[in-house]
Amino acid sequence: MDPVSRVVGKAIPLNRANVDTDQIIPAKYLKRIERTGYGPFAFEAWRADPDFVLNNPAYEGAPILIAQQNLGSGSSREHAVWAIQGLGVSALIAPSFADIFKNNCFQGGVLTVELAQEDVDWLMARAEETPDAEIEVDLESQTVRAGPGWERSFEIDAFRKYRLLRGLDDIGMTLEYEADVERFEEARSPLLPTVAAD
Amino acid sequence: MTEPRTLSEKIWDAHVVESPLADAARREALGAEADAGPQADLLYIDLHLVHEVTSPQAFEGLRLSGRTVRRPDLTLATVDHNVPTIGRDQPNPDPLSATQIQVMSDNCREFGLPLYGIFDTRQGIVHVIGPEQGVTQPGLTIVCGDSHTSTHGAFGALAFGIGTSEVEHVLATQTLRQSRPLTMSVEVTGQLGPGVTAKDVILAIINEIGVDGGVGYVIEYRGEVIRSLSMEGRMTVCNMSIEGGARAGLIAPDETTFEYVKGRPRAPQGEDWEQAVEYWRTLPTDEGARFDREVVLDGAAIEPFVTWGTNPGQSVQIGDVVPDPASFEEPTRREAATRALEYMDLEAGTPIREIAIDRVFLGSCTNARIDDLRAAASIVEGKQVASSVHAMVVPGSGLVKAQAEQEGLDAIFTAAGFEWRDAGCSMCLGMNPDILLPGERCASTSNRNFEGRQGPGGRTHLVSPPMAAAAAIAGRFVDVRELA
Ligand code: SF4
Repeated sequence: MDPVSRVVGKAIPLNRANVDTDQIIPAKYLKRIERTGYGPFAFEAWRADPDFVLNNPAYEGAPILIAQQNLGSGSSREHAVWAIQGLGVSALIAPSFADIFKNNCFQGGVLTVELAQEDVDWLMARAEETPDAEIEVDLESQTVRAGPGWERSFEIDAFRKYRLLRGLDDIGMTLEYEADVERFEEARSPLLPTVAAD
Repeated sequence: MTEPRTLSEKIWDAHVVESPLADAARREALGAEADAGPQADLLYIDLHLVHEVTSPQAFEGLRLSGRTVRRPDLTLATVDHNVPTIGRDQPNPDPLSATQIQVMSDNCREFGLPLYGIFDTRQGIVHVIGPEQGVTQPGLTIVCGDSHTSTHGAFGALAFGIGTSEVEHVLATQTLRQSRPLTMSVEVTGQLGPGVTAKDVILAIINEIGVDGGVGYVIEYRGEVIRSLSMEGRMTVCNMSIEGGARAGLIAPDETTFEYVKGRPRAPQGEDWEQAVEYWRTLPTDEGARFDREVVLDGAAIEPFVTWGTNPGQSVQIGDVVPDPASFEEPTRREAATRALEYMDLEAGTPIREIAIDRVFLGSCTNARIDDLRAAASIVEGKQVASSVHAMVVPGSGLVKAQAEQEGLDAIFTAAGFEWRDAGCSMCLGMNPDILLPGERCASTSNRNFEGRQGPGGRTHLVSPPMAAAAAIAGRFVDVRELA
């Protein structure tokens, strides 16, 4: 994974709550066995509506997307994150995220920024009214800036921040604990089930 | 004496391989780096279930980095999401699906994993086969690249869904780094009325806490109603924990649990069984243990539920009407209701019983176990599916299908006009040809009524198996209790 530290640019205002991963990428596109190429199918059903925000050329090239609470609910499909990345988006701002989706975003290096409802509403209105207005998400200082004087800090798990800033391989990090895993396995009860062929 | 702990805390504590917060000496040694390093626990995973849709990229990742699967003996694969439920003796007409199914079997061969493939009678929905084989047991940690992994929590296992990168992580290391979740108790008191099922219980719970009420929590379902449910019913409840935002839901193991596990192919035998049960009896939440949040519902007040909207929290009881969006105070909920009614083509104020349906889907990891099929068959027996309705039954696994056929349930369904299919996810997610056409309205026993979930433009109403069966006969929603 590439290191992630700062995302700056326009923001797409997706003013909906509980946006589920079936909307972000419909199941029929999950048949592919690659990690890339999902961007063109992202939000397919909603994009059929010419007024849908992603069809507005004013937001072209925006690296940030703002949505309402419980963003990414439903299916665990990581394809949803790959689809969002396929749109060129690398930071998401919402009052809350669904747990699995948030983990998946972290795995893919997409920043998830939780802000208070009123701050999300303010950023949403600003992005709707002035599509060119830029937002800056800075991981190192854990802040979001939007124009002069508007600055909010956000929380992030220290482990996630550490890994994102350095672009570390999650599996590689865990493999450093090999001795602990072996010790754990030695102490595991022999009664526990296995699926080994009989 | 240790502090009283909840069931989920006990399972968690028993699986911590390495805890940076707990290990003071290690933190000391690392100095400032420790504060910036891992904060979450490294958890050992007892059982990893794998299916064809969320795993190809994980195996590809292993190959690219030259890694292997650490514990093939704790990793069980099947094909379910994408498989055809008809014509399995013919070549798969969809080349992309055929490839994905082939890739699953190639990966299993290459990495040495057991696979219940398309011609194996044990094949089925990943959350049906684990319990069926007896590998799903109390006290385990279970993960799968699928959000409904919470189903296995019915056995008192800590089971949750993960994404593809985490699937790769578990394949390579048999562990996951996870932050300790908050705990929530959902207690359902009293007794259920006749005709009210586990599906109605979980729809009532989601209606109460909201579709994001469980975010960050593990839910433990408790109370008299939960205790009185069969294992199938408990699985239905735990299955939909994710629809309330919780990654995991669980129920303390008891005699019902032991009875279900006993004698299954992977269950402990003889003396081992006694020892295992002894351990399982230590798992239930201790007296005096504290939950971060507690919710109580009156079981007697729960009636058969029907969803009217496009998320599983948008539901009412069968005697109610489609709500007016204006009745929701919170603006995002009001807007969501307006959009949902438009998508569902419903008018506020319409009685639920006047809503006519085109399709019925009896299936999915929520409601396609033998109990569910029996309950639906008992409604259908001797009756005919309405001429305007196309109805199908998709058993949860090859073994459920075989059992149902042995009991003659297939004959009841087909005589009534239902299609009787092979096992898989089918119309639950619309990845294979089993989909709704645009505008079609479906009474479905599955778990998600999201826009387009069962096919682009399709309209899904979530209900229990008896309610779905009754709707198939009547051609519209009816109160199943009036049929008795
Ligand atoms: S039946 Fe539906 S919810 Fe269950 S695993 Fe399959 S697609 Fe997912």
